[in-house]
Amino acid sequence: MDKNTIISLKDIVVEFDGESVLRHINLDIHNHEFVTLLGPSGCGKTTTLRIIGGFVAPKSGDVFFDGKKINDLPPYKREVNTVFQKYALFPNLNVYENIAFGLRLKKVPDEEIRERVFEMLDLVNMRGFERKDVNLLSGGQQQRVAIARALINKPQVLLLDEPLGALDLKLRKEMQIELKKIQRETKITFIYVTHDQEEALTMSDTVVVMRAGQIQQIGTPIDIYNEPINAFVADFIGESNIIDGVMKKDYLVNFAGRDFDCVDFGFEENENVDVVIRPEDIKISAPEKGQITGKVESIIFKGVHYEIVVIDGNGFNWKIHSTLYEEPGREVGLSVIPDDIHIMHKMTEEEK
Amino acid sequence: MIKSRYPAFPYIIFMAIFIVVPLIMVAYFAFTTSSGEFTMQNIIRVGDYVPVIIKSLFLAFIATLICLALGYPFAYIMARKTSNIRRTMFMLIMLPMWMNFLLRTYSWMTILENNGLLNRFLGIFGIGPFEMINTQGAVVLGMVYDYLPFMIVPLYTIMMKMDHSLIQAAQDLGANPLQVFLHVTLPQSLPGISTGITMVFIPSVSTFIISKMLGGGSELMIGDLIEMQFSSNSYNPNLGSAISFILMIIILICMSVMNQFDSDKVEKEGRMVV
Ligand SMILES: Nc1ncnc2c1ncn2[C@@H]1O[C@H](COP(=O)(O)OP(=O)(O)OP(=O)(O)O)[C@@H](O)[C@H]1O
Ligand SMILES: [Mg+2]
Repeated sequence: MDKNTIISLKDIVVEFDGESVLRHINLDIHNHEFVTLLGPSGCGKTTTLRIIGGFVAPKSGDVFFDGKKINDLPPYKREVNTVFQKYALFPNLNVYENIAFGLRLKKVPDEEIRERVFEMLDLVNMRGFERKDVNLLSGGQQQRVAIARALINKPQVLLLDEPLGALDLKLRKEMQIELKKIQRETKITFIYVTHDQEEALTMSDTVVVMRAGQIQQIGTPIDIYNEPINAFVADFIGESNIIDGVMKKDYLVNFAGRDFDCVDFGFEENENVDVVIRPEDIKISAPEKGQITGKVESIIFKGVHYEIVVIDGNGFNWKIHSTLYEEPGREVGLSVIPDDIHIMHKMTEEEK
Repeated sequence: MIKSRYPAFPYIIFMAIFIVVPLIMVAYFAFTTSSGEFTMQNIIRVGDYVPVIIKSLFLAFIATLICLALGYPFAYIMARKTSNIRRTMFMLIMLPMWMNFLLRTYSWMTILENNGLLNRFLGIFGIGPFEMINTQGAVVLGMVYDYLPFMIVPLYTIMMKMDHSLIQAAQDLGANPLQVFLHVTLPQSLPGISTGITMVFIPSVSTFIISKMLGGGSELMIGDLIEMQFSSNSYNPNLGSAISFILMIIILICMSVMNQFDSDKVEKEGRMVV
């Protein structure tokens, strides 16, 4: 554990009613970092946050904060604040008092509370709502109050559980930028939960991809996108073509009925593998110029590009992104350069 | 709205016959003589009984406070148990209610009497005997015993509905267990508290059996006074109605004071009390 590590989870196991929810989670989070936990619903993201916040005790494993073991520290003594997935605003207090709650507990003078609450209201774009009953706010407004209520305490670590889930696309984008700015300015460590891969990629320094209580991959957004460790990550982060293949030898893989040069090595000879190719990495050409031939099945305009589906001779559906229009029913050729062919070990049955 | 008016019709008639008409009759008797002429005399005579009224209010108030002090923690703990334990506890609370009210009160007489169960038990250790029956303490005890379930049930109901995520939010923001209680649990349970108080205070203040049996007639309460006007040889329904009328007004005032605390508006507009 290096000096820069603020939170460290060591071999965390959590079970609910005998069902394992987190399975041996190991995670180091650095100071001032924007870390995103990304994964499908039910994979244990919220539970991981609750371990850090102190609301769930692990069955085994340790939680460290700033090098100190905090397994037995109650939530109210932990220097983290949470933006809860379901807001959990106090219904008997107005917007102002909800945001002021943490400072009131610390007996901060009224003048300072006032100043900081208004600072927060400006930050989350809720100026003018301070006297409002929180029960009358829209979902998005409640969410912003929840963010302000947590941020005002200037915690060392802020846990955010899908904080933008209830916002419309435009406000969501605005708040993403806003949160990122807040994080950069305050230097607070953000641990952010989302199941929106685009949000994870655009906002984070580090992305942690989770699945069924296990961490699949930890890395920068670029790493995760370009070098997914297995077919699950590849599929979850952006769209992918995933096809069965056989690794003939180093730098040579067979799929779609022919051999391809590739840049991967270190597999066993004739190992069955998953071959992952991004839709934007496939080029469409005349049939005789392609490595694979197929027929255009459908084409959908997506704004920036067309999404084209091509069925090859073996019946595999290739997803392709292209800025050029292709007539459905036409024979086309597909090609891909070795750099864009990603070879992954098959997941074992247990991993699935 | 229009739809719901028709099914409500029978209830409106029911309420008119069994609630409004009797109320009017009470008021009529309170302001008339036995021969039916208007008079303020009955109301004025209630003035003679001010000490009894004050004592009734006082005893009911004490009993309500004790019920709250006993019932609140009980409901709080009960709401946090597993559903099996909850059911059992709830049964135990309701069980005495299945017994006849008179019987329950009567049993306290045999316990508290000068040579009753309790004194005899204490006597084994050479303590006592104590003068327990026919005291204000015995009356309050009877009220608490009889009406405690009316306090626990509404409190328990509201605590079962309580939003646990708010408690976590408060802890997350740095509230220790006492602060969580003061700022989250207590404000959320206020409606239950006010219902519980109402349900205990009203029957306590107007009881006559309990005070008669455990107070031995020496601790006369308003209820006894009213009952006497209708059943004893000092038969005077006009005075009885007048006392009832005044009692209703007092209860009305008490309840509206209570509701003042109940409305969460007060909290929402004012600042959080730390
Ligand atoms: N208190 C609990 N009791 C029993 N099971 C629970 C409890 N909390 C969570 N679980 C289970 O643990 C698993 C992980 O839940 P968790 O809330 O961490 O998922 P999540 O990744 O946050 O999902 P989402 O994206 O839907 O919020 C789920 O299968 C859930 O049913
Ligand atoms: Mg969740």
